[in-house]
Amino acid sequence: MPKSSPQKTPMREQSPKERIHNFNEVPFGYSPEEAILEAKRCLQCKKPKCMEGCPVEIDIPKFIEQIADGNFREAVRTMKDKNSLPAICGRVCPQEEQCEKYCLLGKMGEPVAIGRLERFIADWEAEQDEIEIPEIAPPTGKKVAVVGSGPAGLTVAGDLTKLGHKVVIFEALHKPGGVLIYGIPEFRLPKAIVEREVEYIKKLSAELVLSYVVGKLKTVDELLEEFDAIFVGTGAGLPWFMFLPGENYNGIYSANEYLTRSNLMKAYLFPEYDTPIVKGKRVAVIGGGNVAMDSARTALRLGAKHSMIIYRRSKVEMPARNEEIEHAEAEGVEFHFLTNPVAYHADKNGWVREMECIRMELGEPDKSGRRRPIPIEGSNFKSPVDVVVVAIGNSPNPLIYSTTPGLEQGKHGNIVTDEATGKTSKDRVWAGGDIATGAATVILAMGAGRIAARSIHEYLQIT
Amino acid sequence: MNKILRKVTLAPEIKLFEVETPPIAEKVQPGQFVVIRTHEKGERFPLTVANVNPKNHSITLIFQEVGKSSAHLGTFKEGDEILDVVGPLGKQSEIELFGTVVCVGGGIGVAPIYPILKALKSKGNKVISIIGAKSKNLLILEEEIKVASDKLYITTDDGSYGKKGFVSNELTRLIEERIEINRVVAIGPPIMMKVVADVTRPYKIKTIVSLNSIMVDGTGMCGACRVEIGGETKFACVDGPEFDGHLVNFDLLMNRLSIYLKEEKESLDKFRSDLNKCCRSTTDNQQS
Repeated sequence: MPKSSPQKTPMREQSPKERIHNFNEVPFGYSPEEAILEAKRCLQCKKPKCMEGCPVEIDIPKFIEQIADGNFREAVRTMKDKNSLPAICGRVCPQEEQCEKYCLLGKMGEPVAIGRLERFIADWEAEQDEIEIPEIAPPTGKKVAVVGSGPAGLTVAGDLTKLGHKVVIFEALHKPGGVLIYGIPEFRLPKAIVEREVEYIKKLSAELVLSYVVGKLKTVDELLEEFDAIFVGTGAGLPWFMFLPGENYNGIYSANEYLTRSNLMKAYLFPEYDTPIVKGKRVAVIGGGNVAMDSARTALRLGAKHSMIIYRRSKVEMPARNEEIEHAEAEGVEFHFLTNPVAYHADKNGWVREMECIRMELGEPDKSGRRRPIPIEGSNFKSPVDVVVVAIGNSPNPLIYSTTPGLEQGKHGNIVTDEATGKTSKDRVWAGGDIATGAATVILAMGAGRIAARSIHEYLQIT
Repeated sequence: MNKILRKVTLAPEIKLFEVETPPIAEKVQPGQFVVIRTHEKGERFPLTVANVNPKNHSITLIFQEVGKSSAHLGTFKEGDEILDVVGPLGKQSEIELFGTVVCVGGGIGVAPIYPILKALKSKGNKVISIIGAKSKNLLILEEEIKVASDKLYITTDDGSYGKKGFVSNELTRLIEERIEINRVVAIGPPIMMKVVADVTRPYKIKTIVSLNSIMVDGTGMCGACRVEIGGETKFACVDGPEFDGHLVNFDLLMNRLSIYLKEEKESLDKFRSDLNKCCRSTTDNQQS
């Protein structure tokens, strides 16, 4: 057997030059040959470390071995036993901090490309004629309401329907998927894939009710009259602003609005689609996370000549995934580190025209362990801009908390849950994902959904 | 779902729909709104609920055709279904016994004033209404408002009906006549609400306005609808839509309402020319 490569099998992708003019997905994914080649790199450790890094407990060595053997159908079964949304996870999980971080191969070279293999196996299944439906337990007669159809809610729905419970998912927007549909751009997670994964959950016989705002129509208490248990997965849907002078001028968006217009409402296809978006030539995105990268890359695709990341710390402190930063750099996004906006200036019609910034330096580490940025007095400067996207984070959406007596709220507006079960302070109510933790990742939300589903199932068995 | 039970043309380009939405009809309170989407490629836009009809589990929506989406909605017929009607959203009006309340409605703003003044009246308030429009043919709900109010004054900009002038002129007159007013509720174009707030400010009469910001999700998720109230940023969709008129930065509101004027015109022109080209295009667009 030839010695396997110390590097991951490369994944082909659209060239930066080409891709900044379209919203198509950037990486193409592995071919079966490439997937098998990559799967054969796996050492099949006796005590696999990779699984420790997976919040949803996928049997990673098993599915990789099945790919290596060319047994894709079996690999799908292994995967879907633990993860109902593999096509999504394969694309947006931070594998470098999870499964791949623990891979033994990573000590000498690059770890096995577990994420890419996960994506491959999900995409392979989608190309087959029939999506396989796993065995579903006989109906238990129990009903569970899931509030929010993002990654946490879909996971709970998938797990509980498989166990024979009747699940109804309530979604406030007109499309299911939560942040997967309104937040993450098409070029990173094609919406057809989200729709496919949601269809799978529906095939498991979960019911989906769209355009239904729990708390405004029925409250959690009213739903408790009809349902045996409720899972709240309403996400981190309240955008932060910096409350700077001029921050409400025309042309200044929250990242949530900018991305929702582009992703959910397809404003990049205006006027074919009715929702407009301001297409700036000089776009400043404030923040250094994945959402900031998504916004800056969206701006390029909307025709920006200059798309700039304005980040108050330096590159090493950026919370965005390396892969996202590299993609943004390759596409020509300009990075301005140690810079923070302090005010915006507008023309006489109220349109933002200039951003006033201050230079920063790094001081001692703060609570997050990252060095604290400190403004350098007198270093203010102005830069012309015509669109600004504020991507500094989100708080948990307050709608459920404010309409549900008996729910304990945490310091950051989150719903307090027991980490081991997802239980809230209110009887028969569970919560998970960003609503409980504050803005985090898709996979952590799914992990929280898995934990809550297990606890809900235990509860339903004893009632 | 969301079936149009009744359609009435109230004035040129102003339509009334009774829409069958039992869950919303059961919950909606005065001052709240719904978000509408008319077709698969459509935008989301807010409409304030003008009435609830418990008999047929419907809500009344009254809208003016100002852009593509409202123009498209205007082509819907009785029996058609509206793709999405989400709500009820926003906070409900504060309905207490205040004493004498003047309800001021301008143009299409007369519609959302109606449920509020009915609620105020049934709480025991004396309700004086002032409604106005550009011209007689654009005045809506005169009969309904008249029946529900203790007193009704009407103005038109061109003098074709009622008193010539603005609703704010009538309010000024009432104040100058030293009629005791404990509260004013004003809904209409931003400039009208701004003038009304300016009229009542020196007299410290609490003045509530309802802000018609641009919205996308309508649940506090996007911040498109942000307004400045007493120097603080608020979201009209979840913190409002009603605010203390004396604290509202109306100039900012008017600026922000103009963000997409160019795109709105482009979209409306395209819609009208498509409509002329092919009379079937609207029915093709309607998916229910």
